[in-house]
Amino acid sequence: MGILEWATSPLGQRVPIHIAWFLIWVAAIAGLIFLIVHAVYVRYFAREKEFRVEMSSSSTLQLPARIPRHSLAARLFHWIMAAAMFGLLFTAFLPKLGVEFNWVTYHWIAGTVLTASIVFHVIHASFYLDFWSIWPDRSDLEDARTRVQRFLGKSAALPRKFAKYPLENKLYHGVVMLSGLAVIVTGIFMMFRVRTIFFPRNPYLFSDMTWGMMYVLHGLAGVGLITLTIVHVYFAVRPEKLPITASMLVGTMSREFYLKEHDPERWVIERGPERGTANGD
Amino acid sequence: MAVIRDVMPAFQLYQPSSVADAQRLLEQNGPDALVLAGGLDSMDWLKDRIRKPKVVVDLGAIDELKGIRQTADGVEIGAMTTLTEIAQNSVIRKKYALLAQAAEVVASPQIRNQGTIGGNLSQDTRCWYYRAGWPCYRAGGNICYADTPVGRNREHAILHAERCVAVNPSDTAPACIALDAKFVVATPKGQGTIDAEDYFVGPDLDITRMNILRPGTLLTAIRIPSAWAEADFYFEKVRDRNVWDFPLMNVASATKSSGNTIQNIRIAVNAVAARPLRLKMVEDSVRGKPRSAATGEAAGKLAVEGAVPLQFNAYKIPLMRNLVKRAVGGVQEAAWAS
Repeated sequence: MGILEWATSPLGQRVPIHIAWFLIWVAAIAGLIFLIVHAVYVRYFAREKEFRVEMSSSSTLQLPARIPRHSLAARLFHWIMAAAMFGLLFTAFLPKLGVEFNWVTYHWIAGTVLTASIVFHVIHASFYLDFWSIWPDRSDLEDARTRVQRFLGKSAALPRKFAKYPLENKLYHGVVMLSGLAVIVTGIFMMFRVRTIFFPRNPYLFSDMTWGMMYVLHGLAGVGLITLTIVHVYFAVRPEKLPITASMLVGTMSREFYLKEHDPERWVIERGPERGTANGD
Repeated sequence: MAVIRDVMPAFQLYQPSSVADAQRLLEQNGPDALVLAGGLDSMDWLKDRIRKPKVVVDLGAIDELKGIRQTADGVEIGAMTTLTEIAQNSVIRKKYALLAQAAEVVASPQIRNQGTIGGNLSQDTRCWYYRAGWPCYRAGGNICYADTPVGRNREHAILHAERCVAVNPSDTAPACIALDAKFVVATPKGQGTIDAEDYFVGPDLDITRMNILRPGTLLTAIRIPSAWAEADFYFEKVRDRNVWDFPLMNVASATKSSGNTIQNIRIAVNAVAARPLRLKMVEDSVRGKPRSAATGEAAGKLAVEGAVPLQFNAYKIPLMRNLVKRAVGGVQEAAWAS
């Protein structure tokens, strides 16, 4: 049982046509196993988070009661992208599990919404937000090293508090970005194979082998997103992460949570006349 | 790919004598089993070695699947009843002549002697790219070879194409839909009935199937209610060779009139999409209208709304328009139009 389905083209060439559909279950089970293992670890084995104690500067005393974290535009993007992602996953995989409906049309519409939202996000993040806030930096890597050393029982300095996003969050964003780009780029080309309002059909745009690899990549990234979505939803509902989840709804988090988890030097809150504005959003 | 014609792959042949045994065999063997009715569709697949089932379940020895029985509310036709029997049956010819007409124009006399109504209704599409074993959407692949600028698609779909543009080639299917027939299906959970029009599946729902039958299920009978008995029927099949051929298109209608006013009508066409289409919008539009050339003309125009021709089958749009026009206008209108 391979992870790819193969076929023989009219020219006698053996070409991949798509992933084996059992990978849907593999991805779903992998996500569930992750959340079970993580939940058990946090419940029974994890130690309290420890951070290096920094001298609080006088500026922290002037922070607003609610720390702005996500602008309205960023929140709208997130929820539109989430709706599109769920739409894509359901329309892609429910038919494979026996739920019959006209999935192709809904799928490419959801894909179009996702693509448009990602284009908006790239522009918004590049020109209106702190672009680098979501990318791992040297401090993240140094702190990760000390955290691993302490986890292994070795003596190491306490890690610093997080910047706006913890390293895990940044890595997750990177993996989702790669998976998302893979499904979007391949998906746009795959739209040449079905009837949409965007392009005239042209199934001969690529060779059978290239098309096959494109379907495989689309499928692998797609099932990967099943696991990633499960993991994301799991963390969103974990009690200790709820302030972060809530900030994606209301845009702000409490000053106490901010000071407990985040380093004001690494995530600077600029104070306006009424309320603070997030540097980097 | 190498195709060895006329040498069938090895398989285990089962010849059950009851529906229960047949259904159980199909359930046990799942997707590895192929149902053999008259064999006119199945043998092509086997001899071309495109399908290589491990098990073939021959229904030929099941007497309960054969024959035409009158019931309290119409007739019940066993799925293994031959098309010749249906075309010649006195009750069918008198009360449900639409089905007799449809059965009478299927292929050739020899094929009608061997072919069954269950097989005619459940047969696979004749798209040659698919039948040749190419890895198209319907075969589980990711391309339609017919829906391309150079694809041979003269016989293919103009409506409801969804990646696959193959059409359903059954002649009896639109007649059954027009007669409001119910199909009896044996499943692992027991027997069920389904409206004829819901028996067929388009590529939007499942691109690899033509009907609702799944591994382990079996069409056992066709029940035709008396509601449309002796209505005004119209059946017309257009094909390349009138001696014997699959339809380029066919139309079936059953009409109840009061004077010259259409009181009720059911109309279906086939070979325009991957499943036979009941034209509900046309039915609604002509109900209460006079059975005339003008009504037929309007019905024909409505019927082809949304049709999208492929490179070589644009002729199907005026063909469908005219067939529907004649089916609504009736035989006199057909004579007038021709």
